[in-house]
Amino acid sequence: MLSIPCPWCGPRDETEYSYGGEAHIVRPEDPQALSDREWADYLFMRANTKGAHRERWVHSHGCRRWFNVERNTATNEIIAVYKMGESPPGDGTGGDGAP
Amino acid sequence: MKYSIFSLVRNALGYHEGWPRAWRSPDPKPEYDVVIVGGGGHGLATAYYLAKEHGITNVAVLEKGWLGGGNTGRNTTIIRSNYLWDESAHLYEHSLKLYEGLSQDINYNIMLSQRGVLNLAHNLHDLRELSRRVNAIRLNGIDSEILDTAQVKAMVPILNASQQSRYPVLGASLQKRGGVARHDAVAWGLARAADARGVDIIQQCEVTGIVRDGGKVTGVETTRGLIRAGKVGIVTAGHTSVLAAMAGIRLPIESHPLQALVSEPIKPVLHTVVMSNAVHAYVSQSDRGELVMGAGIDGYNGYSQRGSIPVIEHMLASIVELFPIFSRLRMMRQWGGIVDTCPDASPIISKTPVDGLYINGGWGTGGFKATPGSGWVFAHTIAQDRPHALNAAFNLDRFTSGALVDEHGAAAVAH
Repeated sequence: MLSIPCPWCGPRDETEYSYGGEAHIVRPEDPQALSDREWADYLFMRANTKGAHRERWVHSHGCRRWFNVERNTATNEIIAVYKMGESPPGDGTGGDGAP
Repeated sequence: MKYSIFSLVRNALGYHEGWPRAWRSPDPKPEYDVVIVGGGGHGLATAYYLAKEHGITNVAVLEKGWLGGGNTGRNTTIIRSNYLWDESAHLYEHSLKLYEGLSQDINYNIMLSQRGVLNLAHNLHDLRELSRRVNAIRLNGIDSEILDTAQVKAMVPILNASQQSRYPVLGASLQKRGGVARHDAVAWGLARAADARGVDIIQQCEVTGIVRDGGKVTGVETTRGLIRAGKVGIVTAGHTSVLAAMAGIRLPIESHPLQALVSEPIKPVLHTVVMSNAVHAYVSQSDRGELVMGAGIDGYNGYSQRGSIPVIEHMLASIVELFPIFSRLRMMRQWGGIVDTCPDASPIISKTPVDGLYINGGWGTGGFKATPGSGWVFAHTIAQDRPHALNAAFNLDRFTSGALVDEHGAAAVAH
């Protein structure tokens, strides 16, 4: 059982949350302008990282708010939790990361 | 040595001290025609059929751990071919037919037991959906039938099929040719048969890089040094994305833990496989008397080979509701395997943008049933450098073209 720290509610059991998959995948501004391959990359292709993975979670049975988690997928260690719209800790982009 | 009643008697007289090793453990050669990455059932089957069907015997199977130590040894051993769409039905039926002759073909008893696979319907929608699927399956020439509640109850007397049940049983689909096989025997038998045809099986040899030259694969970096190869096949269920990333290929796969568990052994009570997609549970009884149960996948990506307790708690609650007689059983072992899931719940058996590099993965929770068929079509794809008609639809390009083979309905959890 994972204990996930919601940025608003604090640590809760994983059963209170739902998973939203890989984070920081930005919906293209103009999908019509994309090739099929670019659209497939946005729609289907995933990093599926073994190790530190940035992903979205929603506190479904709590505050119902979305947020980002950086978790090691091999050990389940939660490395960082940060809000939507914030950039991942330590990536040096200065806070303008994609949602 | 050919295994037979005579070799058994002869070795019994020698106190079973004279059995030879089932396969060699050679050092890797500097170069092979084909290198298969991954020594699970699918990889070993690929190597076996490369040698048997295509005469390519200068082949190495590289395994980072031990043979069948990944998902081949972690599944719930269910075999069936009751899939909705034509593409899947043909592929899985081909595999089931190969399974039916596999013990004789490889001279190794894989303990195939065609005890039937039941899929329960708990509400009217389930029943209509199962009926539709059974019709589609029969149109593909595959055995399948619908049972009503009384027939299900007669077949599985310990099932709680009362109207008061939390999950009333309105009927079920039955594939009589479905069943189970001994998963370790499948891996060991295929390894022995491939080895006998000259394939080098190299364990404790992890691939750390895929060497390319101008868009063409030339070999693999391993923990035992560089191995050159004309062609490389990636068959590393669970870690397909990790291997593909070594060649700069992005895949639509996400890896999740999938859990199973076995009870203490009891006398025979369940002589068929019972699956329920609606409540995420499936159960059969092994030859040792243990009940083998499987759950759904964990909801989040993971490579930890251990799942979350709430998932098996949910599954066991359903099993106990369906089989009240199991409520006092103790569970002996629980484990997880990493399954690589595709958006359309169908596998990828395909060429890649890199010349000479092929990928077989994305089997999700249902790879074991496909083991010989998967190896058979993948061997064809590698040997001929083009897919067989049976796996042409399962290419990587379908995620660009949109021609998905959406089997979520046919598989749900118990894939």
